[in-house]
Amino acid sequence: MKVNLLEIKNLKKSFGTLEVIKGISLNVEEGKVVSIIGPSGSGKSTLLRCATLLETIDSGELIYLGEHATTDIDGKASYAHKAQLKRIQSYFGLVFQNFNLFPHFSVIKNVIDALITVQKKPKDEAMEIGRGLLKKVGLADKEDAYPYQLSGGQQQRVSIARALALNPKILFFDEPTSALDPELTGEILNVIKELAAEKMTMVIVTHEMSFARDVSDHIIFMDNGVIVEEGSPSKVINNPENERTKAFLSRFES
Amino acid sequence: MTWSVMIFKLSEGMLESVKIFTLTLLFSLPLGLFVAFGRMSKNLLLRNFVRLYISIMRGTPLILQLMVIYFGPFYIFNITLSSGYRFYAVIIGFVINYAAYFAEIYRGGIESMPVGQYEAAKVLGYSKAQTFIRIILPQVIKRILPSITNEVITLIKDTALAFAISYAEMFTVAKAIAAAQTNMTAFIIAGIFYYVFNLIVDFIMGWIEKKLSYYR
Repeated sequence: MKVNLLEIKNLKKSFGTLEVIKGISLNVEEGKVVSIIGPSGSGKSTLLRCATLLETIDSGELIYLGEHATTDIDGKASYAHKAQLKRIQSYFGLVFQNFNLFPHFSVIKNVIDALITVQKKPKDEAMEIGRGLLKKVGLADKEDAYPYQLSGGQQQRVSIARALALNPKILFFDEPTSALDPELTGEILNVIKELAAEKMTMVIVTHEMSFARDVSDHIIFMDNGVIVEEGSPSKVINNPENERTKAFLSRFES
Repeated sequence: MTWSVMIFKLSEGMLESVKIFTLTLLFSLPLGLFVAFGRMSKNLLLRNFVRLYISIMRGTPLILQLMVIYFGPFYIFNITLSSGYRFYAVIIGFVINYAAYFAEIYRGGIESMPVGQYEAAKVLGYSKAQTFIRIILPQVIKRILPSITNEVITLIKDTALAFAISYAEMFTVAKAIAAAQTNMTAFIIAGIFYYVFNLIVDFIMGWIEKKLSYYR
């Protein structure tokens, strides 16, 4: 049975007079990987920030597991009350382009602090979860290091572990490799591939076309704040129908 | 007056200077944080009120502020206060003056924090208070420590301004001794005392800075 973890209905978002998202609807089913591709300024990162409640949307609906974060009332988005938003917040995790690790916390503390502070888990239980996750991302030996002592790729892996620690039902990635040297992107992509193999539900904004093709169940091509084309990777990346999609992808031919 | 008596008297004065210094820091450092919140408040009335307060504190001499606080109750409201009020006037004057300076330092530190730290905390479910106390404030303290050290060192020397309302701290004592003896000895010893006090504070602040250098 298909279960929609996230439904976005006719989302619109403007910054001042500039309309960045011009009415986008999409569903994310449990266990699926959705990648959002498109040129810079197409609104894909903004869409992700709206979905993760970092930006306030103007109109449309955001529904997580059937719970409304926003309801559309006469074309204006009305947000749910604080307690419900807090609960909805716990359904998803977000991995940032610039990691945004807490520099004053050690690696393990970065991973487990929210478990202890937010979810009120006992420390030894949190430690166990944290160590397991660090092992999973290949950083078991770095738990006492501080973020500045790690490479960009290692920092991003810590931030993935941090997001996973709270056991989200859906994990968002905002260009997770864009701040990394090309030789470091592979280690991040491998971690994401591993998560995909474990049927983690993910929404990934990325510029890595071959990665998106390999890992995704569904690909969305965005341009100018709208979805231009979407479908399976073989359809969108290998056989795009829309001229704009073709033009965009032609730059990635290798 | 023998040397030992002079040094004893100056030490007594020094103790008062240290008292002013300690109490001022004890109250103005936390107060400054609240003033900084007021300065950054979304409430226009509160924000402008705090701005005016900071502007007056920084825009007029501390020595004059001390005078107003000490003599104000009598000249403005015709209230006669006991002689013990002198000490409170000194502490109130120093605390509200230094809180204004600390507030601006805090504000600079808080506003320099990358927005990504707040966003990461928000997505992880931290409340606003948890975000500030666990994530933002520790990093702000590290960032502003050199500026705080500057103010703290200035404060040691500023305690001499309590002289203006005849509070018997070290400078007041030194001046009285120098006038009685008609020579500079007391001033020179007082100078050495201030300098040594400064060295100690400088050492402590350096130690704290080093303690916080475990991350970048």
